[in-house]
Amino acid sequence: MRLTRTLKAAACAATLVLAAGACGSSDSGGGSSSTGLNPPDLKAPTKLGKTEGQVNLIAWAGYVEDGSNDPKVDWVSDFEKQTGCQVNSKVAASSDEMVKLMKTGEYDAVSASGDASLRLIASGDATPVNTKLVPNYKDIFAGLKNGDWNSVDGQMYGIPHGRGANLLMYNTQKVTPAPTSWAAVFDDAAKYKGHVTAYDSPIYIADAALYLKATKPELKIKDPYALDQKQFDAAVALLKKQNADIGEYWSDYLKEVSAFKSGDSVVGTTWQVIANLTADEGAKVKAFVPKEGSTGWSDTWMVSAKAKHPNCAYKWLDWIVSPKVNAQVAEYFGEAPANSKACDLTSDKNFCTTYHAADENYWKNIAFWNTPIEQCLDGRTDVKCVPYAKWVQAWTEIKG
Amino acid sequence: MTVVAERAGGQGTVRRLAGALHRRPRLRLALLLTAPLLWLTVLYLGSLAVLFVSAFWTTNSFTSQVVKVWSTDNFHELLTTPVYRQVILRSIGVALAVTVLCAVIAFPLAFYTARVARPKWRPLLVVAILTPLWASYLVKVYAWRLILSEGGLADWMLKPFGAGGPGFGLPATVLTLTYLWLPYMILPIHTALEQLPANLLDASADLGARSWRTFRSVVVPMVLPSVAAGSIFTFSLSLGDYITVQIVGGKTQLIGNVVYSNIELNLPMAAALGTVPVVVIVVYLLAMRRTGALSSL
Repeated sequence: MRLTRTLKAAACAATLVLAAGACGSSDSGGGSSSTGLNPPDLKAPTKLGKTEGQVNLIAWAGYVEDGSNDPKVDWVSDFEKQTGCQVNSKVAASSDEMVKLMKTGEYDAVSASGDASLRLIASGDATPVNTKLVPNYKDIFAGLKNGDWNSVDGQMYGIPHGRGANLLMYNTQKVTPAPTSWAAVFDDAAKYKGHVTAYDSPIYIADAALYLKATKPELKIKDPYALDQKQFDAAVALLKKQNADIGEYWSDYLKEVSAFKSGDSVVGTTWQVIANLTADEGAKVKAFVPKEGSTGWSDTWMVSAKAKHPNCAYKWLDWIVSPKVNAQVAEYFGEAPANSKACDLTSDKNFCTTYHAADENYWKNIAFWNTPIEQCLDGRTDVKCVPYAKWVQAWTEIKG
Repeated sequence: MTVVAERAGGQGTVRRLAGALHRRPRLRLALLLTAPLLWLTVLYLGSLAVLFVSAFWTTNSFTSQVVKVWSTDNFHELLTTPVYRQVILRSIGVALAVTVLCAVIAFPLAFYTARVARPKWRPLLVVAILTPLWASYLVKVYAWRLILSEGGLADWMLKPFGAGGPGFGLPATVLTLTYLWLPYMILPIHTALEQLPANLLDASADLGARSWRTFRSVVVPMVLPSVAAGSIFTFSLSLGDYITVQIVGGKTQLIGNVVYSNIELNLPMAAALGTVPVVVIVVYLLAMRRTGALSSL
């Protein structure tokens, strides 16, 4: 709620700064000089029409599987049979790439993480979603509805897909004793100099902030995505120190799998799906949420404002969060499903327990990716926070 | 009757056109060159111009949309931010190191293929030098990732000497790029050495020069322009590469990586960064022109 108020204030401020006419225009984005969230006035459809025969999706690897990677992993073929919508999917490697692809206007829907979704909303690339047209929406965990990262003023801009934490993975043979804290990749990283790995994205600065939140209370970090200049500088300094011990940064998950398999990396941040793949390939690794909690992602299927196949896109939104399919995709990707009914349909009956799907207390420890903006997302009004563009610049400097 | 008349008319047109073209050599030249010149100016130089112009724009810091407001902020930032300077210098250093390594390795190889090996083997040897170019770039770089990884071939080979492989990082990048671009250095040197007149070498020997003296005073000056020509390939290819360094470079970033990381969120900054290699290459070409390399390409 606090965020909503902040955003409202931001929108007002932006309106004051800009000519009033510029605010309502759809394609020019949220204004040229402001950093506030001022979404263009787009309307969600009130009813669905005939399906268009195809749909173009942008997705994270493992979200749109048609059996071509693994014949047993296929939830696209049944969708195509039932709806007559041929699925064309494009796998994006990063949130920034998703934003860029959405700007082309060639795609109908995207599985956006929190560090992309606010940008898509603000630029008018994503349109509000009428949740009444997505029957399975009612079964989605309450904790995923109306989040800071997927809604504005109580208006949903997408359908939650699932959530997961960024984990700490380590090689059980080479890293002893087993780590319990993120200190393993920050303060104690020198022990494994040249074999530490980290996620190659500006959003990783939040991981350092989260660690500082627990270890340096005097910095008073509340939200790792709302950092004022002093807090931000502390996080950047920590990452510059970490850089000396880094072997390589990873953005391509196959690269991380190969690095852990060969022993080039022995400790670092990961996703559950990478940990599963690495373990499947015979490497001795474990992944867990350290005691400080973790950052995480919560993905949302959003519909493009320029969608050429909106009806098929809505059909897809409903399909991907339907209990059976949501269970399949969550199990394959290694994340907590969004649909509460999916937990009864997983092939591993303990799956939802392992992934804490319904455990809202667990998720309180996870800071979901969000887009840092100048108006502090934690509600502070006496300072300005460092916006994402500066995070990108700092990330280049950290890598040196 | 009418058909014949029409055909005659058609032939007449062609003949008249041919006559007109024959009488006007300038028109002939214009027709011949318009398409390639359009390609060169509009598509090639045009895109460079767009790159340069967009470097003066800025972006909305929240939505990353390009705002077409004229400013020199990007260039100012480029010149004043230490990290950019560092990355630019590192990239130029890598390109120079790769070029020097390629020249040092290529010269003896080319000397062997062009002058020492039996003439009937020479074409085969040239083919052998070219074979790595038949394989995909990515396959070769990933092969190097395996060679250089922990416990990989490099580690295994150096173990008896009490050393380890270089691991991923800057040396690995230079090594891999040297491997990739070596054929582009060998070929021009091979051609130059092959065309070296044998009587010059004989004359040098007649005048009492030993082989080292002949090499220094006769062979090197005549082959140097070809080394410079080869270096244009190795230097510019290394300066523009950003994939090899991602795969074997560990945490190293070169100018291409910084362009890539900016291209989605700050296109104007990426464009400003992108003009740097263009400027460096132009300076390099001007320097190489003095050696006469451009006429021996």
